[in-house]
Amino acid sequence: MISQLAIVLFDGFAFGMLLFVLSVGLSVTLGLMNFINLAHGAFGMLGGYVAVTAMRGLGLPFLAALPAAFVAAAAISVLLERTLFRRLYRAGELNQVLFTIGVVFVATAMATYAFGTVQQVIQIPGWLRGSVEVAGLRLGTYRIFIIAVALAVTALLVFGLERTRLGARIRAAVDNQRVAQGLGLDVEKIFAVTFALGSGLAGLGGALAIEIVGLDPSFGFHYLVYVLIVVSVGGLGSVAGSFFGAALLGICDVAGKYFVPEIGSFLIYLLLVGILFVRPLGLFGRR
Amino acid sequence: MSIRTAAAVALGLGLSLSSGAFAQETVKIGVILPYSGPFADAANQLEAGIKLYMQQNGDEVAGKKIEIVRKDTGGPAPDVAKRVAQELVVRDQVDILAGFALTPEALGAADVSAEAQKLMVVMNAATSVVTEKSPYIVRTSVTIPQVNYVFGKWAAEEGGIKEAYTLVSDYGPGHDAESSFSKGFTEAGGKIIGSDKTPVANPDFSAFVQRVKDANPEAVYVFIPGGAQPAALGKALADRGLTPPDVKLFGQGELTHPEALESMGETAKGIITTFHYTLERDDPLNNEYVKAYREANNGRSPDLFSIGGYDGMHLIYEALKKTNGDTSGDALVEAAKGMSWDSPRGPMSIDPETRDVVQTVYIREVKEVDGELQNVIIHEIPNVKDPLHGAK
Repeated sequence: MISQLAIVLFDGFAFGMLLFVLSVGLSVTLGLMNFINLAHGAFGMLGGYVAVTAMRGLGLPFLAALPAAFVAAAAISVLLERTLFRRLYRAGELNQVLFTIGVVFVATAMATYAFGTVQQVIQIPGWLRGSVEVAGLRLGTYRIFIIAVALAVTALLVFGLERTRLGARIRAAVDNQRVAQGLGLDVEKIFAVTFALGSGLAGLGGALAIEIVGLDPSFGFHYLVYVLIVVSVGGLGSVAGSFFGAALLGICDVAGKYFVPEIGSFLIYLLLVGILFVRPLGLFGRR
Repeated sequence: MSIRTAAAVALGLGLSLSSGAFAQETVKIGVILPYSGPFADAANQLEAGIKLYMQQNGDEVAGKKIEIVRKDTGGPAPDVAKRVAQELVVRDQVDILAGFALTPEALGAADVSAEAQKLMVVMNAATSVVTEKSPYIVRTSVTIPQVNYVFGKWAAEEGGIKEAYTLVSDYGPGHDAESSFSKGFTEAGGKIIGSDKTPVANPDFSAFVQRVKDANPEAVYVFIPGGAQPAALGKALADRGLTPPDVKLFGQGELTHPEALESMGETAKGIITTFHYTLERDDPLNNEYVKAYREANNGRSPDLFSIGGYDGMHLIYEALKKTNGDTSGDALVEAAKGMSWDSPRGPMSIDPETRDVVQTVYIREVKEVDGELQNVIIHEIPNVKDPLHGAK
């Protein structure tokens, strides 16, 4: 029983970490810039397709395809931010929602046109396949890898936002735009960088997700629900919140399906309602 | 109305009437499929099957031109399917309804076919009950009980297993698969030691696979819709060491479709599936079909949806030949009853009683052939009918 519990915890945590990498960027853009970007999942899909193209078309190894997915999603998001999204920063929430969900439809159509509706397959390297024995438990190697990547991302983000000059600028620009501009900070540029960072992380998440959940043009819609749950449970603008929200969600999802399979898939929604009932701003929400 | 408008209308009407009178007569086929949304891939593959048949056999039958009108349902939406079927019949004046990748689509449109007395060719939707919903429905795909009931029997009798654990998707087809496999299996002396249902859009299978492992079964039976899930489930099973030869793995053919095999790799070896269409079946008709299909679709291979669309068009063409171009639902459905032909899938026919498909069920095992994984046929069961029709 103990060993099964440990396995369920591990699997749940790994799934949660995948959701974390997919969602943390949205928490950053939503929380820091107050911009409701429902197209976040579309950047995840973009990262996935970039990884597939890099590996199958260009023959890059998997570990090189991951940063490529990050960079491509970040670059394209800057392009969109400069041309489209920035016009909506001062628009109402409804306009932002309508516009960005429209972007997801467009992205789905473009992915269908470019890659067809077929499931995309990638071959991860042999050393990431299979499982390893740890203290008598069989843990999936790829899941360990996902956890490692997620922890590294968390460390970088926390360090970056709390300890670096750019992080300080981002926080200043968010807390009080006018004063930040008065001090000579280029707020627009800072926002563009923040947006790129968030979308790039989504792209990385999309590339990581292919091996576990596959990739087709409906990805942007499919994972939007999970991403929004993570963000609302964790609280906006908080990396720690996203981390714990995603871990909780992943573990509850897997544990729920394991112990009560009859209602397993419904459990995460109960959890969402329960948490928001007690803490309307999410676990770590500040505003 | 000014005189000019009146003249324009008169001219327009006159032109449209006269052009109708001189043009070649057409047979309009309204194709209803989920072109957008999560099942878009199924729609595309089915449509590619339709197109290939028309490309090979021309677009003229019994002196009439075949014209296709497409409608999108966006997914398993019976209300949308009903609405577009009505639009097709009333506004586009189609003679035949066709397509239907998903059971809810077919159920939604069935009433329209019954009321309007139009032949309705179901090219995929695989729940038994579909053909009973309108006297004008003919199916050219497969029914889930058809392939799974005999499979369950075979697993106990020939497959040499006594106990199995079932893991199926929690929706109509999954329930059908579980009940028909279990029925065949227990009738032949097998025992089901546990069963679970997974949510239809389940991203992560680790919890369910752990439950299977806890039960420590001799064999696992899986039903899963195509797309991303087969590979995800296959890998989750492999991570737990639940793969052949340690644990036997049975399932319906979707589990080992080409992309899933590529994604699972070595761990897929030894998985045994039941299906009505096998891509690798070495047969002149099939080889030619696969080759032509790949040429027309950038190297993509045909699947169960493609063959349903291909044979569905064959049925429409042959029925029209029989009726000499008469497109009334009664004439066409009479022509279709009892029709039999050699398809790339093997010999098949339409049961005159139930208007459902009768065909060979293939049991295949994943093996490595010339360095690539294939579904190799290890057993064939000819002339299988759906076991549920009339069995109340």
